[in-house]
Amino acid sequence: MAEEKKLFKVTIDNITIEVEPGTSILNAARKIGGDVVPPAMCYYSKLKDSGGKCRTCLVRVAAGSTADPRPMPKLVASCRTNVMDGMIVENITSPAVQEARKGVVEFLLINHPLDCPICDQAGECHLQDLSYEHGAESTRYEFNRRTFKKHDLGPYIQLHMTRCILCYRCVFTADQVTNKRVHGVLDRGDHSEIATYIEKNLNNDFIGNVIDVCPVGALTDKTFRFKNRVWFTKPVDAHRNCDKCCGEVQLWMRGDEVFRVTARKDEYGEIKDSSKGSTGWICNECRFEKKNASDWVIEGLSNISRHSVISQGKYPGLVKPNETVVEVMNGHAPRLMMNIHSVSEVNKPEIELSKIAGPAHSSDFNSNNA
Amino acid sequence: MGVKLLLEKAHVENIRLYDVYRREGGYRSVEKALKTLSPDQVTEEVKKSGLRGRGGAGFPAGMKWSFLAKPEGVPRYLVCNADESEPGTFKDRYLMEFIPHLLIEGLIVSSYALGSSRTYIYIRGEYAWIVDILEQAIAEAKNNGWLGKNILGTGFDCEIYVQRGAGAYICGEETALLESLEGKRGNPRIKPPFPAVKGLYGCPTVVNNVETLAAVVPIINMGGEEYAKIGVGRSTGTKLISACGNINKPGVYEIDMTISVEEFIYSDEYCGGIRNGKRLKACIPGGSSVPILPANLLLKTAKGETRYMNYESLSDGGFATGSMMGSGGFIVLDEDQCVVKNTYTLARFYRHESCGQCSPCREGTGWMEKILLSIENGKGKMSDIDLLWDIQRKIEGNTICPLGDAAAWPVAAAIRHFRDEFEWHVLNPDKCLTENYGLRHYADPIHVPVA
Ligand SMILES: Cc1cc2nc3c(=O)[nH]c(=O)nc-3n(C[C@H](O)[C@H](O)[C@H](O)COP(=O)(O)O)c2cc1C
Ligand code: SF4
Ligand code: SF4
Ligand code: FES
Repeated sequence: MAEEKKLFKVTIDNITIEVEPGTSILNAARKIGGDVVPPAMCYYSKLKDSGGKCRTCLVRVAAGSTADPRPMPKLVASCRTNVMDGMIVENITSPAVQEARKGVVEFLLINHPLDCPICDQAGECHLQDLSYEHGAESTRYEFNRRTFKKHDLGPYIQLHMTRCILCYRCVFTADQVTNKRVHGVLDRGDHSEIATYIEKNLNNDFIGNVIDVCPVGALTDKTFRFKNRVWFTKPVDAHRNCDKCCGEVQLWMRGDEVFRVTARKDEYGEIKDSSKGSTGWICNECRFEKKNASDWVIEGLSNISRHSVISQGKYPGLVKPNETVVEVMNGHAPRLMMNIHSVSEVNKPEIELSKIAGPAHSSDFNSNNA
Repeated sequence: MGVKLLLEKAHVENIRLYDVYRREGGYRSVEKALKTLSPDQVTEEVKKSGLRGRGGAGFPAGMKWSFLAKPEGVPRYLVCNADESEPGTFKDRYLMEFIPHLLIEGLIVSSYALGSSRTYIYIRGEYAWIVDILEQAIAEAKNNGWLGKNILGTGFDCEIYVQRGAGAYICGEETALLESLEGKRGNPRIKPPFPAVKGLYGCPTVVNNVETLAAVVPIINMGGEEYAKIGVGRSTGTKLISACGNINKPGVYEIDMTISVEEFIYSDEYCGGIRNGKRLKACIPGGSSVPILPANLLLKTAKGETRYMNYESLSDGGFATGSMMGSGGFIVLDEDQCVVKNTYTLARFYRHESCGQCSPCREGTGWMEKILLSIENGKGKMSDIDLLWDIQRKIEGNTICPLGDAAAWPVAAAIRHFRDEFEWHVLNPDKCLTENYGLRHYADPIHVPVA
């Protein structure tokens, strides 16, 4: 009889799930999905040893395990704390967690330049999302913000340290994905900085991935700098035969013009696995040198969450219908609107919604879904 | 005159040299341990002694040793924490500088108990000259057969190496120390795993303070039970206190933890009273990280009982009305000292020493420093005091290592006990630049409600 693997039962915000031993609280919560998933600014599942630093993912462990049901004395980083059988975790159900998280968001923002209007990352910045969801409307910080000089890390990458939140993701990437690390953290405390010792070029074939892992606009693609706002460009999945990497990318296009090439990301903003199963890191050649649509085999529009600003403005021919809900509901605003499309995938994948003139019609949808 | 176990021979001429140290009875504990006790029996003696870690946290040393994982075929390490960088603490320096052989002796016995054949002393970079002293002592010990291969014919091998730090307070935190010792950036590790399971180079490791390891020598010589008879309660043995600030006799004192705080400050055997006949205002009794206490709560607990120089009594009342023994850095402030300025100085230290890994500590320490500076300069607002309180609360407990807590506690305690001095700064923006708030009511007897 094959031995059955014992699963651990863990309850997060009153939702119970079974996961394999060795799973972190964060990954268990991601299995549940939705609002119970703590935000993660430094943890990156594809990078060994990442996490534990930003403290946005703090949760309260109300019971350690069935064997030892005592609560943990402090809030713990869910990305670096593994579940135990019978563990009870509180995330959004704990006022202490919400309070601490608000504190962390405030700490992350006090020295941030808040220069979103001129930042290339705006629209796909995790710090923006985090502060919308968990931050306060105003600041209590009344001092000058910390600034650093901008640095060019070689011909392709710009480091704008002033925006950095020191999540260390790029350091782990440089360490684990490229074969020789020339990129790390200098100095300490609030004067720590990401640096390539003495402005050394980052010329490893895979170093461009640091741009993708950076949750903020501290590491940006110089070939894309100020060229466009991400929400004006249209992401499509594409591939090419590459002898260095998987060649599976996302092109950010306007018309036929390729503005930017990145790796493909999942719902947590992490680089997805490629069709071959390993992490879809892409090489510098694919990222920086292949800027013609003819370099690529285009697979189709990328799936972008309706909630992302990037999904805005993708429907050039759209006639905006009148808002009728308020009218129908006697002047009340709707409380909750659910997006069924991204879940049900009712529209036919071969139909590009952005090309449709006006709202979609029944003929645009899968008939077997109707 | 209290019992002296560590500094008993500190004033013997040339005790720094091996021959004198040996003549005075040095290295007896190595002979006793290696020849008559098994490693586990040594650990058992340390357990019986009740010795608590002298590096700050006060964790029972014997218990820490017994947690050390012992997988087959994997080396184990003992690392001596000589990074001593906590403001106000300079006792390890004294010990290493004047009786280095006591530490080496303690290290050999402890290495034997833990099975460490390569033992490291990680020493604060600024103690450059002490490295030479220690290396000379190690060489002498080796020449006389106390180190190297097959020590005393028992089959036990041991070498001791000294590694200098590069001037970072954070490298005194045990996991940052291990990172640094491995040649990496001194960032504290995320625990678990604890060093007892995965420490230096991923192997089981014990990290102990200099004084803790030196205390193993008298424990083995006199037996754990005898050692435990000195002191009171769970504060056994003797403790080195480095006293500084506005006192007549700053220096390093060995106490047996039975004396009162008042006696320690005012008796001629110890601090010799407050300098220039001034009055005592406040004291940070255990190094910069522990809560500051006003004079009245320092000498007496909130219950009106005499406060003693030991772990339990100093922490009596918790953080509301007590403090901590910490690392034994005893900082005395007289009536002319400004608590706001003192708190600012400490906040500046923690801001500068944060490793910067976690956001609450990296950003919060700097924020507190800036607010404190503006209050100190008469530019503060009343709301700043509450803001400070809120910031420290959001740092404490939410960081990777205890430096975040250590930065939060002094601010919390200063506001808790000296809030009116902060408010006075806000209300008197000009006066506070030229005058001091002074003693005020901080030494007044506290009304103790009858139970
Ligand atoms: C920021 C920080 C700095 C520390 N510095 C020292 C130090 O300089 N010396 C020391 O012995 N312990 C220091 N410690 C405590 C160590 O982490 C560790 O608890 C200690 O070395 C254990 O030894 P003990 O059990 O013998 O006290 C520090 C802790 C922190 C959080
Ligand atoms: S540059 Fe970006 S990826 Fe690197 S540490 Fe800063 S925020 Fe993180
Ligand atoms: S608490 Fe401070 S010193 Fe400790 S790991 Fe975090 S940033 Fe570094
Ligand atoms: S994601 Fe867990 S601490 Fe940053």
